[in-house]
Amino acid sequence: MQTVKMVVTGPFSAGKTEFIRSVSEIDVVATERKISSDSERAVKQATTVAMDFGRITVDEDLVLYLFGTPGQKRFDFMWEILSEGMLGFIVMVDSTRPETFREARSILETFRAYAPTPYVVAANKQDVDDAWELEDMRHALRLDGKVKLLPCVATDKDTVKNVLLELLYSILAEMEGNEK
Amino acid sequence: MALRGNLRDFTVTQLLNLINLAHKTGTLVIEAPNEVAKVSFRDGKLSYAQIGQDDGHLASILHKTSRLTTGQLRAIQLRATHVSDKELGLLLINAGHMTQDDILSSLQSYFTDMVRRLFTWIEGSFRFENDMMPPPDRITVRLDLENLIIEGARQLREFEQLQDEIPSLEMALRFTERPGSNLQKMNLSVEEWRVVSYISPKNTIQQIASAAKMGDMEIRRIVYGLIQAGLVEVVRPDGAAPVQERARPAIPVQNREEQKSLVNRLITRIRSI
Repeated sequence: MQTVKMVVTGPFSAGKTEFIRSVSEIDVVATERKISSDSERAVKQATTVAMDFGRITVDEDLVLYLFGTPGQKRFDFMWEILSEGMLGFIVMVDSTRPETFREARSILETFRAYAPTPYVVAANKQDVDDAWELEDMRHALRLDGKVKLLPCVATDKDTVKNVLLELLYSILAEMEGNEK
Repeated sequence: MALRGNLRDFTVTQLLNLINLAHKTGTLVIEAPNEVAKVSFRDGKLSYAQIGQDDGHLASILHKTSRLTTGQLRAIQLRATHVSDKELGLLLINAGHMTQDDILSSLQSYFTDMVRRLFTWIEGSFRFENDMMPPPDRITVRLDLENLIIEGARQLREFEQLQDEIPSLEMALRFTERPGSNLQKMNLSVEEWRVVSYISPKNTIQQIASAAKMGDMEIRRIVYGLIQAGLVEVVRPDGAAPVQERARPAIPVQNREEQKSLVNRLITRIRSI
């Protein structure tokens, strides 16, 4: 049996757990705890303290695992461990919370330093009125024009599938680029 | 959709940078605890600005920039109440009282000062209204934002924020290839020019700081300003060790065709979910 993994990362409450839950064939093994800090509790009631874990069986020989990183900064020691051996990674950003963009950029830079694998950025909650436009987010996140910034609604399976597919297309393109 | 937020998360300098890079057209409305500012842009260039109770009329602006005396202002306000700014401008030019350049330079100087005032605002909310533009009778200008962005960056004093913006001094800088960014048009200080002269993918920011005899805070502030103005970008230095490959391969097969086949199987599976 071959296994490959992708990592879903991003700031606290960006929608990583919902993203994995939308496509995982098993109930996501989410290690969520009640939040102790007042400011964080205002955003959500529970957060991922270790990692989320989802699975997609491709065939009898191949399984894809999706790992969600803990969003809170104090668990960033887990990031390097989770990034080891990943096929690629997804940075989730909540389009309605510009106060998290700087942290998202910092997480992206950290993961790029850990592993030179392809990645995409998923702009979550694009269905909400308060969401920033993708091009504004691209500038605020200082993303190069070549980086894929994709609209996403973490609870909508189709947009989640699209994000995963775009990441896989990038992985394939990089393989083909390396051949030349 | 909304471009809105809080000045605690996005400084005025960062907003100007975003508007400049995205060539945005519309009005940035900033609501501070005691005042409201409305700054309009066309294609990413400063077009018009108004803060608080200022009426923003040409006559008031010309008075504030010492082109009209208080008596002249009062006469215009009393006797030319139905004259638009554009008509007033033409009347003043035709009367030989001032030239078109005088009017435009007064407006540019006034609007620039308005934006400079905003750099001190650290509390308040902002929103960008794509459909809001100054009233059509007002005279607008077209001012590049890069110099204002550099000025705004010079005023950033928070070391923690600078550290967030430029986390590592071991990275290098290179000039962006963005069309429209023109170093010759920039009003750079001596220190900024000194940093610019060392910019090369071969030099880390730390090395530039040493060569230019600058501390961490000073080099970060200057580099931050150059990044915000869209002149440079951070890159991995030439000759730096490549990112370490993981001991465990990401794809559990060695052969290139097998790797591609594996990714294609993943694609097929995800499509079928």
